[in-house]
Amino acid sequence: MQGELRCTINGVVHAIDSFSSEPLLFFLRDKIGLRSTRYGCGQGTCGSCTVIIDGEAKMSCETITKDVSGKTIETAEVFENQHEHPLVKSFIEFQAGQCGYCLPGILMASKSLLDKKQNLSRLEIAQALDANLCRCGVHSRILDAIEKAYQLSNEKKAPNEKSSA
Amino acid sequence: MKNQVPKPLLDYPKLGDWLKVTPEKKLVFFSGRVELGQGNITALIMMISDELGIEPEKISLQTARTDMTPNEGFTAGSMSIVHGGQSLRSAVATLRQQILNISASRLGVDALELNLSNGQILQKGSFCFSIDEVLDQIDLSSEIAAGAKIKEPSQRWVEFREIERVDLLERMTGAPFVHDMIEEGMLFGAPVHPANMYSKLLTLDVIALSKRPGVIKVVQDGSFVGVLATSQRFALEAAEWAREKSEWKEIDGKIENPISHLVSQSHDFEIVSETGDVNKNSGEWHELTVSRPYIFHGSIGPAAAVAKWENERLTVWTHSQGVFQLRDALAGVFETAEENITVIHKAGSGCYGHNGADDAALDAAILAREVEGIPVKVIWSRYDEFHAAPMGAAMSTKSRAHLDQDGYITAFDVEVTSVPHSSRPGTGGTPNLRSAVLIKNSKLPAKSPDVPAMRGGGAERNAVPSYDFGPVRVKKRLVHDLPFRASALRSLGAYNNVIVNEGLIDEIAHRNGEDPLAFRIKHCVDDRSKELLLRLDSETKRYKENLKESQGWGVGYARYKGISGLCAVFVNVTVDEGVVVDNVVSVSDVGEAISPDGVKNQIEGGIVQSISWTLKEAVKTDGLSTTVDSWFDYPIIKFSEIPSLNTILIERPSEKPLGAAEISQGPAGAAVSNAVRHALGVRITELPITREAIINSLLSNEI
Ligand code: FES
Ligand code: FES
Repeated sequence: MQGELRCTINGVVHAIDSFSSEPLLFFLRDKIGLRSTRYGCGQGTCGSCTVIIDGEAKMSCETITKDVSGKTIETAEVFENQHEHPLVKSFIEFQAGQCGYCLPGILMASKSLLDKKQNLSRLEIAQALDANLCRCGVHSRILDAIEKAYQLSNEKKAPNEKSSA
Repeated sequence: MKNQVPKPLLDYPKLGDWLKVTPEKKLVFFSGRVELGQGNITALIMMISDELGIEPEKISLQTARTDMTPNEGFTAGSMSIVHGGQSLRSAVATLRQQILNISASRLGVDALELNLSNGQILQKGSFCFSIDEVLDQIDLSSEIAAGAKIKEPSQRWVEFREIERVDLLERMTGAPFVHDMIEEGMLFGAPVHPANMYSKLLTLDVIALSKRPGVIKVVQDGSFVGVLATSQRFALEAAEWAREKSEWKEIDGKIENPISHLVSQSHDFEIVSETGDVNKNSGEWHELTVSRPYIFHGSIGPAAAVAKWENERLTVWTHSQGVFQLRDALAGVFETAEENITVIHKAGSGCYGHNGADDAALDAAILAREVEGIPVKVIWSRYDEFHAAPMGAAMSTKSRAHLDQDGYITAFDVEVTSVPHSSRPGTGGTPNLRSAVLIKNSKLPAKSPDVPAMRGGGAERNAVPSYDFGPVRVKKRLVHDLPFRASALRSLGAYNNVIVNEGLIDEIAHRNGEDPLAFRIKHCVDDRSKELLLRLDSETKRYKENLKESQGWGVGYARYKGISGLCAVFVNVTVDEGVVVDNVVSVSDVGEAISPDGVKNQIEGGIVQSISWTLKEAVKTDGLSTTVDSWFDYPIIKFSEIPSLNTILIERPSEKPLGAAEISQGPAGAAVSNAVRHALGVRITELPITREAIINSLLSNEI
């Protein structure tokens, strides 16, 4: 099938309709059935639809599906079978959630930070999450959890580096 | 501990009302409560597990649905554990006693010799058999004994302690919300809500609308318009198109400034509580008035519902706080018997009170009626959420305090002027659902009587200060003629009333040259509140030292509804361009805390939401409806603005549980407002305390 557009979502290759102007959010939720990506505003103002596209956190309501052709996408479903992932573990440890509607978007925004292995202060993490709204007021626990996840993934990746530093 | 009979038990006295045994010998408990994201289902599971002596993992809990569970009213007002949990405890105590009696006769011993632990029957500590073996003999028709002996506090929490939220992981990575439901053949609906619900539809090109991409059908009933489409995206896009192309006749009666409208009222106040004669002593009176504007519930996920009609019977999946009340309201709208409607709770985005959940359920039901047997999912747009959902009520409170010559407060007089704080489905006997007004067979909402005093009051909630101030009088004046729609938002009038009362107390302490916290401690009503404030004092000393010119600190305290959880909050702030809250220390006492970490999570959330209300939030209107189209027009607190939080809980395992979700909003708002006053030297009396409000107030103070 030459010429057909494709993208990879959570490791699986999917075909994309090349004429469609459909926002990625609806493609993910209603076509692929990955419904952890949530509709909050459809206006790029709340972050609940955040996914990772080629390593960067992006709002899927503002992304046109055909523009992700050839790209790699991750949604919060990647964690479904990865309960040992530092982010999942630490969000559970800190019980960093109430209604949870905002959480998949926040998890994806934090995963993209974590994957880049930058060393960020708490304030820098917070600033990086400013596009993600949480109305239940769980921010402080979420920041605790992300800081802990940083710690866990540093320990895992470079045990020696740390002790010799 | 004396066993009072909680209300739900009077209505549902049989064991079978609260639990069933499945053919697989599993125990399923029924609760008329719903999980709104506050963790109450986890807390209820913990209570059952502890009371019965069985592992939490073995318990399943069915939350509110009208065809299965008890009707426990709305899940609101921090009452889930207080009433719902205590009812379940009594039911479980009855169950445990039955299990022990059945086991005793099987073993031919006295029930007193037996114990139930980890799901096992033990005789003097040694294993006899698993409770599974006797479950089929339980008599579900038996009454829950009035004296059902629940465990003494000293026997509690021996085997199991706090567990993680049972539903958190799925909320993080899965699709548990009503928004996520997918059913065979499902269609997607979207209403076309006018900005004001009393508007009348003048023109709309229905033919053109029906030709929009994906649209299967346009549904029109009076001024209600909605579309049915093949996908969520097409439904939302078509509704947006229709909204932009349609014309509506607006109502008269613009009110440009709701707060000035409220304070310019001249009709009489009604006295809602009075203890003694406030005017007994002549002398010095001090007063303060504070107002808060309309504010949004502001759920991150818009309201949503799924509905299906089949053979004149309606089934609705909703994130409403009251499935039975919604069922009755829907029955009123469709003029059918309540038995013909089943309403089932499904998870939603946090609602913080009566938001658009119930309205979206009616929208889905109206649309689904057009397609027999086909489930229809409605997810409101962000526009709908900001225009069609009820808001938190605007209000203004004036408090006056009488001082004796020693600088003690010896009388207190409060006047609350407010829009009614609740117009939930069924309040005042009308459905109170938005589209019920729009349809041809229109059902207009009755005037809301506000929340009665026996449920903590609405506008006047916490108008009575939580101190010993001698005689206290509270008067309230409800204002009904504003064109906006308001209903219950967390803590109702308590938020503004605590801010004004605590502000006035602060002003008097400053005037007396006393430390505001020490001044409060002098007026404590009891040891419980004194202990709380002393603890706050000792935890916060270091934050009061070495403050810069632009910094200040403040406290706020209240016992919610006068009888529920106690919460005292300290904050310090830096006032520069705007207000930055640097640190928050809170001390709370909610009696027995079933899930101490869950309680802290609720208190923290309340504090953060309250800081957001206090510093940022006001709904902009054009005098008839809101003009907020996106979060850009209504900023709320962001991650980088979150202060450090130190949340202290005084645990009192032998006291009654008191509820937690709404105890911190008033004290936190008061602490912020008092800290800004401390830093600036002037008080902002019209919330929110934005940069603009600060500049205006500084300018007017210079003149
Ligand atoms: S849904 Fe995409 S940012 Fe809100
Ligand atoms: S946990 Fe409810 S919005 Fe963040």
